[in-house]
Amino acid sequence: MNSPSSDPILRVENLTTEFRIKGQWHPAIRSLSFTVGRNETLAIVGESGCGKSITALSIMRLIPPAQGRVAAGRVVLADNDLLTLPEARMEKIRGDRMAMIFQEPMTSLNPVMTIGGQIAEAVRYHKGLSKRDARARALELLEWVRIPAAARRYDDYPHQFSGGMRQRVMIAMALACEPDLLLADEPTTALDVTIQVQILALLAELKERRSMGMIFITHNLGVVASIADRVAVMYGGRIIEEADVESLFDRPTHPYTEALLRSMPRVDQPRAELVPIPGQVPPITTETPGCRYADRCPLAQPRCREAMPPLASVDGSTTHRARCWVRAEPTDEEVFA
Amino acid sequence: MSAILEVRNLSKRFEVRHGFMGTKRTTLRAVDDISFTVEQGESFGIVGESGCGKSTAGRSLLRLVEPSAGEVRYRGENIMSFDKGRMQALRRQIQIIFQDPYASLNPRMTIGATLAEPMLLHGLAGRAELREKIEAALDEVGLPPLAMQKFPHEFSGGQRQRIGIARALALHPQLIVADEPVSALDVSIQAQVLLLMEKLQERRGLSFVFISHDLGVVRHFCDNVAVMYLGRIVEKGPVDSVFEAPLHPYTQALRAASPVPDPRKKITVAKLEGDIASPLSPPSGCHFHPRCPKAMPVCRERYPEWRAVSMQRGVACHLY
Repeated sequence: MNSPSSDPILRVENLTTEFRIKGQWHPAIRSLSFTVGRNETLAIVGESGCGKSITALSIMRLIPPAQGRVAAGRVVLADNDLLTLPEARMEKIRGDRMAMIFQEPMTSLNPVMTIGGQIAEAVRYHKGLSKRDARARALELLEWVRIPAAARRYDDYPHQFSGGMRQRVMIAMALACEPDLLLADEPTTALDVTIQVQILALLAELKERRSMGMIFITHNLGVVASIADRVAVMYGGRIIEEADVESLFDRPTHPYTEALLRSMPRVDQPRAELVPIPGQVPPITTETPGCRYADRCPLAQPRCREAMPPLASVDGSTTHRARCWVRAEPTDEEVFA
Repeated sequence: MSAILEVRNLSKRFEVRHGFMGTKRTTLRAVDDISFTVEQGESFGIVGESGCGKSTAGRSLLRLVEPSAGEVRYRGENIMSFDKGRMQALRRQIQIIFQDPYASLNPRMTIGATLAEPMLLHGLAGRAELREKIEAALDEVGLPPLAMQKFPHEFSGGQRQRIGIARALALHPQLIVADEPVSALDVSIQAQVLLLMEKLQERRGLSFVFISHDLGVVRHFCDNVAVMYLGRIVEKGPVDSVFEAPLHPYTQALRAASPVPDPRKKITVAKLEGDIASPLSPPSGCHFHPRCPKAMPVCRERYPEWRAVSMQRGVACHLY
């Protein structure tokens, strides 16, 4: 188990979420465990289909019941096990104690309601403020996220805002109730880099000021390096490596983490040979007893295909762990844990 | 070295109706007086953010959008004067690949039929040898012969981009305009496709105009790069020198904002505040001046002239 020094805000234990495909249930995330501390940003990084977005939706209990279900595990936010709460209580927690922002803000904004009006509504719903107080609060929030001339733009509609400004509005709305935890799912992926950098700086500043925990989901290792305190790398529905951000980039230990770094062309270095990862991610409908990366891994040994390695300490570190028989040989204790 | 493509003062303007019932008309200068040269066998990068005109520039090179002014010379001949027949013949020589191959593949045609079409259209293969040629084209991009009988939806994004490349290569072009060819792909797949394109370039001596928003990909794939901002080229030169020591404050900002996988080199906001202006109403003078930390009074008044700072590098900025 994780043992961060301070009390975590969020504790996820053995979370498994399944999806029904052709009448069969298949796990999209498999027995996931991690914590997020106060004033800490945990980046969850991985490629398409690794389960990173499903993780966030499971925590928010937003998995569409027609297709999926959380099959096992606990999600503990401030002593509440979210998975056992009635939906009515959950609705109060969502947007209040925890909030989420997405890649495309336009799909989460109401196109026929003014920007200010939408934020004010959220504040009134959760905090029961009067119309007047809610308006003042919404304006304050717009100023917080540095919408220029916020008072003048309060009555604008979403289509009058640029992509970056809309994402600022989403952040304002998410932070309206000063949540303990913010889940950000690829919030800057659709933005130009000069706008992305502004949003990353804003999120880092607000996290610090509110002493909030943040889960930042991305596929971009460059973004991870600039926003994360800790990193969890996901592959095939599992965390295959976790570490503080410096250790992860200094000593990528799982062959997949290493391969991801070597396949990324870098703007800060002269041209180096790119090493692509051969093959493709196995579909979630395929079960394997061993490591799901084994078929693409240059270091794979017979045992990699026979049994799934546990998350084991890298060189005795308490914070850096990897799931690899070859690179992070587990102790007997770790194998049977 | 000889130039395969010379672009001189190319512009593309659109008349845009807007306002109540479309009563207002504005001229949008999507591409505004750009010039560059692509040498035989070179990869020339065009980099910039949304609305900078890089995609319109790419399409203008093939006259997929008709340029408003300027010249595009392919092997010394101005293609602006070509009639329909000559343009069609030229499109054998110049091919384009797009970001989303799914949108450019017919969902109801098998991959074999998709690849056969251009070969038959341009009379490059008879019915008899068609199958063989298609197999060779698939093999060249690393797909099995079996792929021929399948439909686009049966492939992953990376495989579809391989099919897009196979189709572009079917006619043995000399120059490929690649518009964000790897932007929709995961990094590991992106690397596979980049390597494939490098291999093909080497084997066939292809030249590329490579359009991307990703500076890392451009530095990896290209020899020279032009940086565009709101329709104009603001800086040009060899990739290493442009990205190691950018001259234009916009290139500097773009470089500083590009994420790198190193937590000790956190990307910085510099002093780049504000949004990218709308190309419909670009700021006066230098389009970048409202966001520029080094703006001077003259920047508001006059667009800076292009200045060659060395044999290979040039910049449009009043600082130089």
